[in-house]
Amino acid sequence: MKYLDEFRDPIFAKSLSENIHKVTTRPWTIMEICGGQTHSIVKSGLENLLPSSLSIVHGPGCPVCVTPLEMIEKAILIARKPNVIFTSFGDMLRVPGSTSDLLTVKANGGDVRIVYSPLDAVTIAEKNPDKEVVFFAVGFETTAPANAMAVWQAHKKNLKNFSILCSHVLVPPAMEALLSSSTNRVQGFLAAGHVCTVMGYEEYIPLAKKYNVPIVVTGFEPTDILHGILMLVTQLEEGRCELENQYSRMVKKEGNIPAQQMIFNVFEISHRKWRGIGEIPKSGYSLKKEFIHFDAEEKFSLGIVSVEESPLCIAGNILRGLNKPFECSAFGNQCTPESPLGAPMVSSEGACAAYYNYKRQNVASSGSGMVNKKH
Amino acid sequence: MCLAIPGRIEYIDAASNPKMAKVNFGGIIKNVCLDFLPEAGLHDYVLVHVGVALTKVDEKEALETIELFKQMGDALDELKEGDPA
Repeated sequence: MKYLDEFRDPIFAKSLSENIHKVTTRPWTIMEICGGQTHSIVKSGLENLLPSSLSIVHGPGCPVCVTPLEMIEKAILIARKPNVIFTSFGDMLRVPGSTSDLLTVKANGGDVRIVYSPLDAVTIAEKNPDKEVVFFAVGFETTAPANAMAVWQAHKKNLKNFSILCSHVLVPPAMEALLSSSTNRVQGFLAAGHVCTVMGYEEYIPLAKKYNVPIVVTGFEPTDILHGILMLVTQLEEGRCELENQYSRMVKKEGNIPAQQMIFNVFEISHRKWRGIGEIPKSGYSLKKEFIHFDAEEKFSLGIVSVEESPLCIAGNILRGLNKPFECSAFGNQCTPESPLGAPMVSSEGACAAYYNYKRQNVASSGSGMVNKKH
Repeated sequence: MCLAIPGRIEYIDAASNPKMAKVNFGGIIKNVCLDFLPEAGLHDYVLVHVGVALTKVDEKEALETIELFKQMGDALDELKEGDPA
């Protein structure tokens, strides 16, 4: 129990760990969806507190990781334009496009700015009426209310010089894509707590029923995740496939209704391409027609941008839980956080970067070399 | 990136639209929109993601979470981005 210092309540965490050992009688494969949870699991060494028969695989819930390479390339093309202030969350700046990244554009004199909030990008547009201000609107449902509010405010203020490069994705369609795949090995899900703070959890109930898979809405702290795993394994062992809420202190069944209303004022559900996975039907948000003048892709007439992924990178398998990062031949040698080949190595919430940073590759005695685990 | 962080409302600009507040995250003050949480009042603790408050949080819970984030090091990094110039 040497890792228990990382936990808010080590005694509770120890008891959770002991209970997980007690209830687990068979091998199970469970997936956490959210990149924040991946980061927390790997950093805290939480897997050391679990029975070896439990396999935790890491899902596609890192927005930086699943933003298509074409979108990164479009961001770079826009940011290079002379009259543009390109604004973004910090984690997007180091994601490599086909030839460059936003940080390099900035180093070469482009006006690329990190903002804390999309509302800050609107303020920048107000203060710079002679410039085009573009915000890179990536994220899952948690980020959608803020991005929608930014567009709504730009609309209210009649700002003509603000637009968003939109690459918004949604959790339930991605879970459905994984569950309906013939290669799926996930038997239970930890759903992302903060996504559900916004959206509630009603849309997960039919997923649990249709695919006979238990789903537990779970928080982000190591103790939350242990608790979520205990609830999930208990369901699996008892043969139950229900939606349960571990994170009830932050998540209500109906979510945040005013936030949802703002999302649907501005966005509509659309097909989206996910990096490493491909197009998933109805898996994202795009701007509604009446807000299309805030769409940077339209404003800058970018058209189709084609790019190629590194042939070495197995990000698609990582994001679908089919391989662990250390099973990639490029992991830690050709591909590192300083020189990433694929997006999961870029963001600290990406599974590859998390494994690299916290040296979890030692979990595999096989070291490098791709291994196809089959259950 | 979908991490939301609890903080304490120190000031509410009642005249602003959207309704904006100053929120204190363990010593770092940020501008936060309260439009999606109309029930939030002065000195309440709220869970905030990229400048928008999403739900109210119990004070004890908030303080423990902030302390844990501080110990974990990098969770509060995004708050260090300055206000727009």
